Amino acid sequence: MSTVIVDYGVGNLFSLKSSFAAIGERAFVTESKEDIANAERVILPGVGAFSDAAEKLRKTGLKEAVVFAAEKGTPVLGICLGMQLLFDRSFEYGVHDGLKLIKGEITALDNDGGRLKIPHIGWNFLRFTKPHPLFKYVKEGEYVYFVHSFAATGCEESVIAETEYNRPVTAAAAHKNVMGCQFHPEKSGDTGLKILKAFCEIKRGTL
Amino acid sequence: MITKRIIPCLDVKDGKVVKGVNFTGLKDVSSPVELADFYSKSGADELVFYDITASAEGRALFTEVLKKTAEKVFIPLTVGGGINTLDDFDRVLKCGADKVSVNSGAIKDPSLVNNAAKLYGDQCVVLSADVKRVNGKFTVFAKGGRENTGMDAVEWIKRCVDSGAGEVVVNSIDTDGVKGGFDLEMLKAVCDAVSVPVIASGGAGKTEDFITLFKTLPRVDAGLAASVFHFGEINIKELKREMAKNGIPARI
Repeated sequence: MSTVIVDYGVGNLFSLKSSFAAIGERAFVTESKEDIANAERVILPGVGAFSDAAEKLRKTGLKEAVVFAAEKGTPVLGICLGMQLLFDRSFEYGVHDGLKLIKGEITALDNDGGRLKIPHIGWNFLRFTKPHPLFKYVKEGEYVYFVHSFAATGCEESVIAETEYNRPVTAAAAHKNVMGCQFHPEKSGDTGLKILKAFCEIKRGTL
Repeated sequence: MITKRIIPCLDVKDGKVVKGVNFTGLKDVSSPVELADFYSKSGADELVFYDITASAEGRALFTEVLKKTAEKVFIPLTVGGGINTLDDFDRVLKCGADKVSVNSGAIKDPSLVNNAAKLYGDQCVVLSADVKRVNGKFTVFAKGGRENTGMDAVEWIKRCVDSGAGEVVVNSIDTDGVKGGFDLEMLKAVCDAVSVPVIASGGAGKTEDFITLFKTLPRVDAGLAASVFHFGEINIKELKREMAKNGIPARI
């Protein structure tokens, strides 16, 4: 029993794996459905395009494994595109279904008539919209690293933290034991490591 | 509000940092892992590792160093130097790089940017351009600034951004090493032409140069420098504080 990082062939997981080692947590990368089903905690990473990732997750059969784990109460944390995959659907190059574990949709960031640069790349602050154990070691206003062009919308009930890019942007969301960060905790210095540590302390059945 | 990024660049040869002086608390100034960790703790927002090795052994040492750094330092890492093929992308990304910067490799093979962006995403591909004025025109140079390509810099940068480069580093050969401030005129020309993040490089000599950069050109997203950080001429913590004092969004 430990934390598993789901490997479905999207992006490299070296830093993510190292970040768990840095906080003294056992985490291993897996492509096994059984490992995911039996895990104490599940990390769903992801970079690139939503449709590619959703397709790979489906083809590898790991989509069912993640949904199964989520439904039986295993704490699940999606990161960046991995977070977006937890929602109902995405409008990135067409309309694509997600895992439907959190209500809401993934839509393009508004570029304010060309005034704003897209992707939203860099360090931006966290503003908490409701208390959540994921942030128990982090103070409001701490900075985390974002790289994205799309974000979760229509998910007011599940938003737990926002950032500001001309307007409020969903930075983290949670529905019961399923959580997601739009930013990269594994690239957000000490603040990111504190968030991963807090996630590792969340016990099944407490959310 | 997104913050302006401060990015130290480490030139690595045969697994060692090329230039640097002793900082308090830093045991081995030539160790890229230790220096990276030191900068991360000082408030650097990102790091660039530039591989200036020519040999295969040196290259293997570089990837080893990169791995060790990514195991210890949890801020974005960009890798550049000797990136000519998709295999080179693969090699450094597997070792913990988040972004890969291409320069001469993209000039030799302009399809590299597009192919890499398709495979790894735009956010992963950084175009680095060495630019120098030739008869008053911004011109792209290759091979570490030694070879004039004759190409118009703004056109080249635009073309690479259209092909999928997610960020652009503009290194002004004219101001590089002079320590008289960033090349504001050149940077403005690039900022006016592209909508992706622009990273200024070449010319930083003191803290005020960064303040002037971000105040004069609010569309510049980051400032990159090497020796002024390595020689302790600019302290990143103080620089960040100075930025905040001047109303420039900074992560402190």
